Amino acid sequence: MKKFERFKALAAHVSIMNVDTDMIIPKQFLKTIKRTGLGAGLFYELRFDEKGNEIKDFILNQAPFNKAKILISGKNFGCGSSREHAPWALLDFGIKCVIAPSFADIFYNNCFKNGILPIVLDEKLVKELSELADKKREIEIDLEDQKIHKGDNQPIDFDIDPFKKECLIKGYDDIALTLNKNQKISIFEDKKKTLTPWLYT
Amino acid sequence: MPKTLYDKIWESHLVEEQKDGTSLLYIDRHLVHEVTSPQAFEGLRINKRKVRAPKSTLAVVDHNVPTSDRSKGIKDKESAIQVEALSKNCKDFGIEFFGLTDKRQGIVHVIGPEQGFTQPGMTIVCGDSHTSTHGAFGALAFGIGTSEVEHVLATQTLIQSRAKNFKICVDGKLPEGVTAKDVILSIIGKIGTAGGTGYVIEYCGEVFRNFSMEERMTVCNMSIEGGARAGLVAPDQKTFDYIKGRPMAPQNKDWDKALAYWKTLFTEENAKFDREVYLNGDDIVPTVTWGTSPQDISPVTGKVPDPKTEKNEDRKKSMLRSLEYMGLEPNTPIQEISIDKVFIGSCTNGRIEDLRAVAKVVKGKKVNKQVSAMVVPGSGLVKIQAEKEGIDKILKEAGFDWREPGCSMCLGMNPDQLKPKERCASTSNRNFEGRQGRGGRTHLVSPVMAAAAAIEGKFVDIRKFS
Repeated sequence: MKKFERFKALAAHVSIMNVDTDMIIPKQFLKTIKRTGLGAGLFYELRFDEKGNEIKDFILNQAPFNKAKILISGKNFGCGSSREHAPWALLDFGIKCVIAPSFADIFYNNCFKNGILPIVLDEKLVKELSELADKKREIEIDLEDQKIHKGDNQPIDFDIDPFKKECLIKGYDDIALTLNKNQKISIFEDKKKTLTPWLYT
Repeated sequence: MPKTLYDKIWESHLVEEQKDGTSLLYIDRHLVHEVTSPQAFEGLRINKRKVRAPKSTLAVVDHNVPTSDRSKGIKDKESAIQVEALSKNCKDFGIEFFGLTDKRQGIVHVIGPEQGFTQPGMTIVCGDSHTSTHGAFGALAFGIGTSEVEHVLATQTLIQSRAKNFKICVDGKLPEGVTAKDVILSIIGKIGTAGGTGYVIEYCGEVFRNFSMEERMTVCNMSIEGGARAGLVAPDQKTFDYIKGRPMAPQNKDWDKALAYWKTLFTEENAKFDREVYLNGDDIVPTVTWGTSPQDISPVTGKVPDPKTEKNEDRKKSMLRSLEYMGLEPNTPIQEISIDKVFIGSCTNGRIEDLRAVAKVVKGKKVNKQVSAMVVPGSGLVKIQAEKEGIDKILKEAGFDWREPGCSMCLGMNPDQLKPKERCASTSNRNFEGRQGRGGRTHLVSPVMAAAAAIEGKFVDIRKFS
């Protein structure tokens, strides 16, 4: 996984509550057997009409927001299906960070597996950042220091689980990390075989 | 300290726990389907990794399969490639696979319990958010993304943090015509679509104790619609009776050992829950969703709400958006909403009991001329059982389309989709914008409410329907 580095970019504000993963990436794009190329389907039904023409009003179709690297949205972002195609689509479109007052659990986890940083902030702060975004002001995401810089010497602090933070910053492959614990897993498995033998027949 | 059922299952699967709470959780069973697994198998191949416990893994095709005649295979090329990829991956990695023509094929959350693959006290995962269904057996079951599917395939573990405990208690007696679907929709209406985020729910109380396994599965299935990754019902005699004799259930001496263990799986008295919500079963009514989130519920006797009366600005905006999408005017009585389609099936309501209940409602009646109605059994075995009982005949005589098993119009990855502006009474679990087809308008209801709506062409109160 690519290391997550400090970056400064424009944010696009999608002002919807409960954005679900069907909305982020509709069903017809789930037939792929690859992880790449899904950016074309990101928010498809909001971005394109039934004939496939661009819907000009939608923020991600408007310059300069079509090049945004940060997405700001409403409460419970990413609810619904577990499809990892949702973060794959965001990443392929160029989004590296999503800011919202809250996230659905599975989507939140899926982001970290793909080098995307989801940031939970108080609603007031999300609103403040969305207003800056609407004014096309860039913001800077500093994961190392857990700060969002908005150019006024009053950076916003955010919380993140330390293990998840380390994985993003170092770009760890967490399967490799777990495979290093293979012996521990085997010992646990042997114990389980004695305690619950019917699971292994 | 007294423990909850969740605490017990969590602690018995901990391989290790770091100081910050990051834990390595052992996974007993892994269900795999064609949509969220190809990239995981690709990852294993690239990194030259094996599947650690192929015998703990079971794969099936369900999301992408046609529900019409399958003798000629799958017409859609991309779907066919995905289904073929799963078949090949299972062969290469030594995983048991139920293919398109296997009579055991069906929706992943129907076949797990049906085969006895799902058992109390287990940790069960699948690259599908409705994995919460298996919690009906007192198993800790939750949906995961494709990277985690790969992680489980390679290591039989997952990196997790402990969830909080949420007790939802429904006592009392459900009125006639009120079903498990109405119970879970009412719960989601009360706690909201994010109410369970960060929690594992345990469903307690008289109503769940009286429920059959099928009804418990309907409730646990939609835990994720309330934001909780997992929902649990403590196992009891009904659970044990359901599992006994199933192909993958413990046999002989193993059965006795398993049973003794399963009987220890309950929440101890005075165990601490981080949140508790109580509902009275007597107050629950047949429920219909009016909006584009499962929390947008109304009693069938109610009206479409008026955003004008909503004080919260964000909520008001969201209601206006939903009503515009749904093509509904505020204050329209629910029973005046006409429908075009009926979908009966899905991992929420595609089991034999659901089909029996539908047959009882529609026997001797005809589907309304304006309505196209389909029934999609949850699995091949559900279909066979229904046909044995003559349910298919009753449904076909009433004018229902009787289909082959799969996820079908719950998410419309196969050709079963709503057209723009078509309105559907659906027994599935999500009424999101575009879920059942671009522009399609979904109203979530119970199987008996969907059946009555098919006959009348609009929503009716099942309690008054004869």
